[in-house]
Amino acid sequence: MDIFFPIKLLADWLTYSILVITPKTLLAEAVNFFIYDSIKIFILMAVIIFAVSIIRSYLPPEKIRSILSHKNKYAGNVIASLLGIITPFCSCSAIPLFLGFIQAGVPLGTTFSFLVASPMINEVALVLLLGMFGWKIALIYIVSGLIIAIFSGIIIGKMKVESLVEPFVYENTINGNVDLPTTTRNERIAYAKNYTLDILKKVWIYILIGIGIGAWIHGYVPADFLAQYAGSDKWYAVPLAVLIGIPLYSNAAGIIPLVSVLTEKGVSMGTTLAFMMSVTALSLPEFMILKRVMKIKLIFIFAGIVGMGIIFTGYLFNLVL
Amino acid sequence: MKIQVFGAGCPSCKKMFEVVQTAVLKIGLDTKVEYICDVQQIIAMGLMQSPVLVVNGKPVLIGFTPDIGKITKAIQDNL
Repeated sequence: MDIFFPIKLLADWLTYSILVITPKTLLAEAVNFFIYDSIKIFILMAVIIFAVSIIRSYLPPEKIRSILSHKNKYAGNVIASLLGIITPFCSCSAIPLFLGFIQAGVPLGTTFSFLVASPMINEVALVLLLGMFGWKIALIYIVSGLIIAIFSGIIIGKMKVESLVEPFVYENTINGNVDLPTTTRNERIAYAKNYTLDILKKVWIYILIGIGIGAWIHGYVPADFLAQYAGSDKWYAVPLAVLIGIPLYSNAAGIIPLVSVLTEKGVSMGTTLAFMMSVTALSLPEFMILKRVMKIKLIFIFAGIVGMGIIFTGYLFNLVL
Repeated sequence: MKIQVFGAGCPSCKKMFEVVQTAVLKIGLDTKVEYICDVQQIIAMGLMQSPVLVVNGKPVLIGFTPDIGKITKAIQDNL
């Protein structure tokens, strides 16, 4: 049985009994869709972000670094990508992470695997994918994201591009390991609670706007309307989606509810996946910040490799899904 | 006594610095809180998160928190 069935009942009751909208009309469709999706997403959000935060409280970046600095190349790429999933990422944490990893002797390729996975596979994107597309698509997203992160890191590691990193990055200044303050069980729970509330406060408005526009499209735009522009037979759809995704990072929370509706109107699944990956993994503000520690050429290499990986994934799933 | 906030120049570091100042006033300490915007110094401490609250040279809070009670306690426990 669908575990969201009670929410469906609640949404029906609110739409038809409380708001008294005539069933089977476009307005009813849109309102019902909006209420159902909003409640579902916010419940999923609270549960999943809380769980991820608890796990994260056991694995602060300092601990991740000491795990990664003892791993060989390939295992390092895999583990870095996996650990990237639970690490939150904002453009202001990119520099401390990059410097901290490199100065502790974590290889450049491993560091890049982490830098790709960390923003691409984040809990907000995950919740939205799960809520709007179901667990299969969410799983495909995670697995392809991991593969892109692992291989991008391996390729960059093989390219021997250390000379494109600013020399000061390699001046090791770390004075031994600091003892992290100990955390009690209650502090972990408090941390997870605060973090969850913080994220919800930050993204709720974007999600509601995203779902709202989505609900309107759901109700008013004919099904398959977009297939003529962005169906799987259009070769340019995937690269175009990736390009459009690059400047949109700050609004990832609002974009996913929107794209889920676009697929319903004929945008193919591979194109949608590529678009979401581009929104999360390729971010303009992150590139600007990374300029402080590496040459522009390396940023282009990094964006190029990840971008190709995403485009490949897009074409692949347009073919198989 | 030395109380410092190390940041990476992001808005949350600035916010934390302000809360720390309020906490210091509340405890009634006669000291000026230093705000140091230098990632390299955070890395040198062996840390990778910002901001970091340092009391007498020892990192006592790592990562952002707006919780003034927690900040006050961290300062008092390490004076």
